[in-house]
Amino acid sequence: MRQWFRSGTPWIWLTAAAVSASLIMVIGLVSLIAIRGLGYFWPNEVLDIQYRNADRHTVRIIGERYDDERVSASRLRESGVDLTTNADQIGRYLIKTGNRDVGGLDFRWLIEPDIATIERPGDVAVIERREWGNLYGFLIALKQGGQVVAEGDQAWPALAQRLDRARDLFAQIRAVQKDAMGEVNYGLEKLRLRERLQEIRGENDPERRLEIVAQRQELEARYADLEQRLVGLSEAIARDSIVVQTADGAIVEVPLAKTVRIFRPNSMGLTGKIAHYLEKLSEFVSDDPREANTEGGIFPAIFGTVLMVIIMSVIVTPFGVIAAVYLREYARQGVVTRLVRIAVNNLAGVPAIVYGVFGLGFFVYFVGGGIDQWMFPESLPAPTFGTPGILWASLTLAILTLPVVIVATEEGLARIPRSIREGSLALGATKAETLWRTVLPMASPAMMTGLILAVARAAGEVAPLMLVGVVKLAPSMPLDGDFPFLHLDRKFMHLGFHIYDVGFQSPNVEAARPLVYATALLLVLVILVLNLAAIAIRNRLREKYRSLES
Amino acid sequence: MQDTNNLKNTPRPLTHGIDISALDCHDRIVTRGAEESCIQTETLNFYYGAKQALKDINITLPKYRVSAFIGPSGCGKSTLLRCFNRMNDLIDDVRIDGTILLDGTDILARDVNVAELRRRVGMVFQKPNPFPKSIYENVAYGLRINGVNKRRYLDEVVEKALRDAALWDEVKDRLNESALSLSGGQQQRLVIARAIAVEPEVLLLDEPASALDPISTLKIEELVYELKSRYTIVIVTHNMQQAARVSDYTAFMYMGEMIEFDSAVTLFTNPRDRRTEDYITGRYG
Repeated sequence: MRQWFRSGTPWIWLTAAAVSASLIMVIGLVSLIAIRGLGYFWPNEVLDIQYRNADRHTVRIIGERYDDERVSASRLRESGVDLTTNADQIGRYLIKTGNRDVGGLDFRWLIEPDIATIERPGDVAVIERREWGNLYGFLIALKQGGQVVAEGDQAWPALAQRLDRARDLFAQIRAVQKDAMGEVNYGLEKLRLRERLQEIRGENDPERRLEIVAQRQELEARYADLEQRLVGLSEAIARDSIVVQTADGAIVEVPLAKTVRIFRPNSMGLTGKIAHYLEKLSEFVSDDPREANTEGGIFPAIFGTVLMVIIMSVIVTPFGVIAAVYLREYARQGVVTRLVRIAVNNLAGVPAIVYGVFGLGFFVYFVGGGIDQWMFPESLPAPTFGTPGILWASLTLAILTLPVVIVATEEGLARIPRSIREGSLALGATKAETLWRTVLPMASPAMMTGLILAVARAAGEVAPLMLVGVVKLAPSMPLDGDFPFLHLDRKFMHLGFHIYDVGFQSPNVEAARPLVYATALLLVLVILVLNLAAIAIRNRLREKYRSLES
Repeated sequence: MQDTNNLKNTPRPLTHGIDISALDCHDRIVTRGAEESCIQTETLNFYYGAKQALKDINITLPKYRVSAFIGPSGCGKSTLLRCFNRMNDLIDDVRIDGTILLDGTDILARDVNVAELRRRVGMVFQKPNPFPKSIYENVAYGLRINGVNKRRYLDEVVEKALRDAALWDEVKDRLNESALSLSGGQQQRLVIARAIAVEPEVLLLDEPASALDPISTLKIEELVYELKSRYTIVIVTHNMQQAARVSDYTAFMYMGEMIEFDSAVTLFTNPRDRRTEDYITGRYG
């Protein structure tokens, strides 16, 4: 036994076990969120259930099976369920019944003994709506302008084409509302600010005033034009509607303008399901959210996260590198430098929310307020930079990640062999020239390492962002087609905050849970992609400046 | 190549265990004093903190000659060499007094432009230290620092420097490859090419061959011989054979003191000081 200990074998086992444990945890975590998240987009089969209610009446329930579990009978009894069997363990299903506008709740737990029959009718339809969530039922008729044009099975073939038309019209309406009208509104706001600025400055140039009035008239005319178009489009899209019979026998009429897609999951083939899956997935990553973020896509959040991380990198890298160069190359290596270094290292341990509070107090109120007074007096009291926004969020995270960049760069600088510096100096280069031409390029892989660590930390940080710029739903993106294109003062959406918001703040937690997993998976992927990009750059630099130590 | 064969095969008469066959050949000038001085030190003292590394060094190095510093490890020969281009400025907590004259001007004065001094006094180190750039960029480095960016001119200078360093034929087809892909001996010659590209007046070689194999060492020695017509060369070596082979003048240093400085022939065949004799006959460790 002693021999075995001395041989070092236990160490090998111990270290290998530690690595395996870490790997298993990481793989387990990623696969959990991947399975739960990606499963969300698969079309579940819709069940048609005859269920005995608590009052012993049989009701018909139509819905997707979301989840099932086995619970102890005593627990159910304690929660007031009247059980008819004596079994210890009772299965129960979570059914998404949809029809929130009709029934109120759209999820329901059903216990197994009370289920009389389960059927999977092929023609049960799932209607995804822009509001009120899914509707489950049977398609009865298709109407155009209030007149029935097709009934029963004949309604389906006619529906596809009309649905495409409605979708197309909807896209046009959105383009008019968001892009064209948004642009006009942006222009009008700019004009208002210009006018106000003149007022503040006490300028009274009649020519300019006339110019503004003329421009405003032009914009207003364009707006009226767009409004006209919008009315036309709205009328066109309101033409078709469908009639649906729900589980409780009610007849509901749904305008096609309000539907996203209509499908019959029970009669879908595998290819149909895959196509549906991919469609949902692409909608998820490329579309705007709907219904308090619980439906639709999360593109603005992806975009906001990536843009914020990029702005942060642009700010933190030069800052950190310059600070590290001073600390390592120029400062006298004494007690003070040591203290500064210790302080910098400790900054990395300050809780993130503290940085958030600092960012709010210093950047938003003090700096932002100052900028507003000085540069944007025309829009006061409405703040421009004196309110949380993507610039302040990026700056706050830049401070948060600054220590990482400084430490990594310093280590990189320390690793450059003395002989290289001397070689450069011996050729008549000054210290600054040596730094610029030789030392800094050679230390660039270390800077990238710092940046990679910074990005990893910044992309996952949520707490400070809630104070300095993240919102649940941003009306417009920080990067768009209106001059000056990058709007650093705007608020933005963030994947991390989205997870928190959807998972814990949404009105419908059950509905949102898979979405939380999917968003988490996407957040991990975004961080992974950002990191891989940085690592690829670092490896190229490393290859280029392979050091002489070998 | 002829020298290689000599080194390996031909038995030679030895004096004090030193191969002096190289000493009496060539056009060595064995009389001192008649030559123009290049570097001159007067009562040079140097301290690392409290420890004195150089004690009252007075030495005059003649122009366009090869002077070698020999002596046991820690005797201060590298320190002295590094005084000539003020490389010791980079070390914290050192003190220097006395004067060093380069062509008559004191290089230790406060108003000396150290970068310009180092351009005039080139240096090659013990371990080859090419920059992690292309071969071309390594040689062009010193010129670029001096603001030369004209491609045509750079091409010319790079080729000339590489030819002078006897490296051109080996690298002319791969000037844009990394300098780190060269062998150790080639790297050292590249570093010499880099140093002579900026046309210095003096070339300081700090044990330039100690990390190289015998063939590469020989090439470096041949190169030193070639270069001395245009540069004043100061070489530090702990290899006495090498000092005997390449130098016109040799200085023996011991414990921070300049024990003896004389023409190489005199120093190796007829040393005046007892300690020099002990060292070159191998009685010191």
